[in-house]
Amino acid sequence: MTVQLEYNRIVEALPQNLASSVIAIEDHGLIIQPERLTDIAAFLKVEPGMELDYLCSITGVDCINYFEIDYLLYSIKLNHRCTLKVRLADKSEPAVPSLAGLWLGAELQEREIFDLLGINFSGHPDMKRIFLWEGFPGHPLRKDYGHGC
Amino acid sequence: MAVKTEPLFLNLGPVHPSTHGVFRMRALVDGEVITDIEPVFGYLHRGIEKLAESKSYRQFLPLTDRLDYVSSMNNNMAYVMAVEKLAGIEVPQRAEYIRVIMAELQRIIAHLLAIGSFFNDMGTFFTPFFYMFIQKEKITDLFEMVCGQRLLYNYMRFGGVSHDLPPEFIPALTRFLDEMPAEIKKYERLLAENEIVLARSKNVGVLTREMAVNASAAGPVLRASGVDWDIRKVDPYSIYDRFDFDVPTGANGDCYDRYRVRVEELTQSLNIIRQAVNGLPKGKVLNPVPLRFRPPAGEVYSHIEGNKGELGFHVISDGSDKPYRIHVRAPSFINLTALKNMLIGWKLADAIIIFGSIDICLGEVDR
Repeated sequence: MTVQLEYNRIVEALPQNLASSVIAIEDHGLIIQPERLTDIAAFLKVEPGMELDYLCSITGVDCINYFEIDYLLYSIKLNHRCTLKVRLADKSEPAVPSLAGLWLGAELQEREIFDLLGINFSGHPDMKRIFLWEGFPGHPLRKDYGHGC
Repeated sequence: MAVKTEPLFLNLGPVHPSTHGVFRMRALVDGEVITDIEPVFGYLHRGIEKLAESKSYRQFLPLTDRLDYVSSMNNNMAYVMAVEKLAGIEVPQRAEYIRVIMAELQRIIAHLLAIGSFFNDMGTFFTPFFYMFIQKEKITDLFEMVCGQRLLYNYMRFGGVSHDLPPEFIPALTRFLDEMPAEIKKYERLLAENEIVLARSKNVGVLTREMAVNASAAGPVLRASGVDWDIRKVDPYSIYDRFDFDVPTGANGDCYDRYRVRVEELTQSLNIIRQAVNGLPKGKVLNPVPLRFRPPAGEVYSHIEGNKGELGFHVISDGSDKPYRIHVRAPSFINLTALKNMLIGWKLADAIIIFGSIDICLGEVDR
């Protein structure tokens, strides 16, 4: 059974300068400051006892007041998982550091979120639309885009 | 005399027999060798995740069939499991067994198609493919018996499955289970040690273990690279913890290993189905749920081992009768992340095989 890592344990394991960037612990994930995302992910990837070496899935959500991005991480070796979440209050120019430098697996998924939600991943090697064509108006998965059907 | 060469942009697809759908690659070739490649997506993008937000939970169910359209049963299963977890719906034991039988039959179909089209790409044009298709048709007949459909089944429901098994199903399934091992042997005799197959797929398109994990590869692609990671084993869902089966892995991560892993999984799926048929309990197959129901606000991520890898549904509810957001963790799409690394340095003819060995379905890539 893939064990859900206890978030308190993660916060305790984080060094002081990173632990301070944890905003809250919720049932479904650890909410962290977007600026420190790469540092925290890089730490969890190699820290003995965590070793979250597999980036399973990235989900972007438009929560009306903010954008939320969920990162689901697994440890193949230790068979446990945890979810990191960032919330972007700036809806006009949302941006978050890219994890593509740590996990190649982030590359296409971040492009998908850029395309459909319009969130910019800074440091991504090839940030452009993936499913829709260049010049497509708007970002369909935003809640203010309209359904049209 | 010095020969001058220059790099050439070569367009593959979107309409090309080797792309298994509408996938496009822009390749930069130096002679025959690929020096750079850019996959181009989106030709089959239907906005399924956006559509979900304007439909009720039940109305979205038939759309999941259309993600990876050769593994509709598994897509159904992943989605209904996510909503059941979100809304706390119980599933009768008989329905759980039927779901496992259907999911494993679907895995056999998908793997047969993957193997058949892999050999098509290799140039053994349609001979192995039709051997696979004979067996695939028999499973399709079984599916038609239970739900009347041959491709997009829409068979599973929140709280069970739509119909109980008809009386002729189990005898027909038993006949299939009895003859399939001999068929697999036939494929093996024809293909496994074939000189040309070995020469063209061994040590071709190697995906190292480190790269496979780093690129979030899943399913047979990940296992062929030597990672023992099968959701049915590492995080058993439904009733998979009751069955005894092995997880085949490869050693080199080349095209041949990916093909071998799929062949061996055929046998494992047959094992699971046999155990499920033997343990099939009596009883009802559906705990009815209203057509429009309101799961409590919250979110859930539920995953299964799909045919192409980890198939996950991230469902977020705001307490209304429509999902607030549904995200599909699509294994075909994410498996393509490593494509570039696997192709660069190989000849164009090898690239077709390497791409075929990943086994994608465009309905799931573009969604």
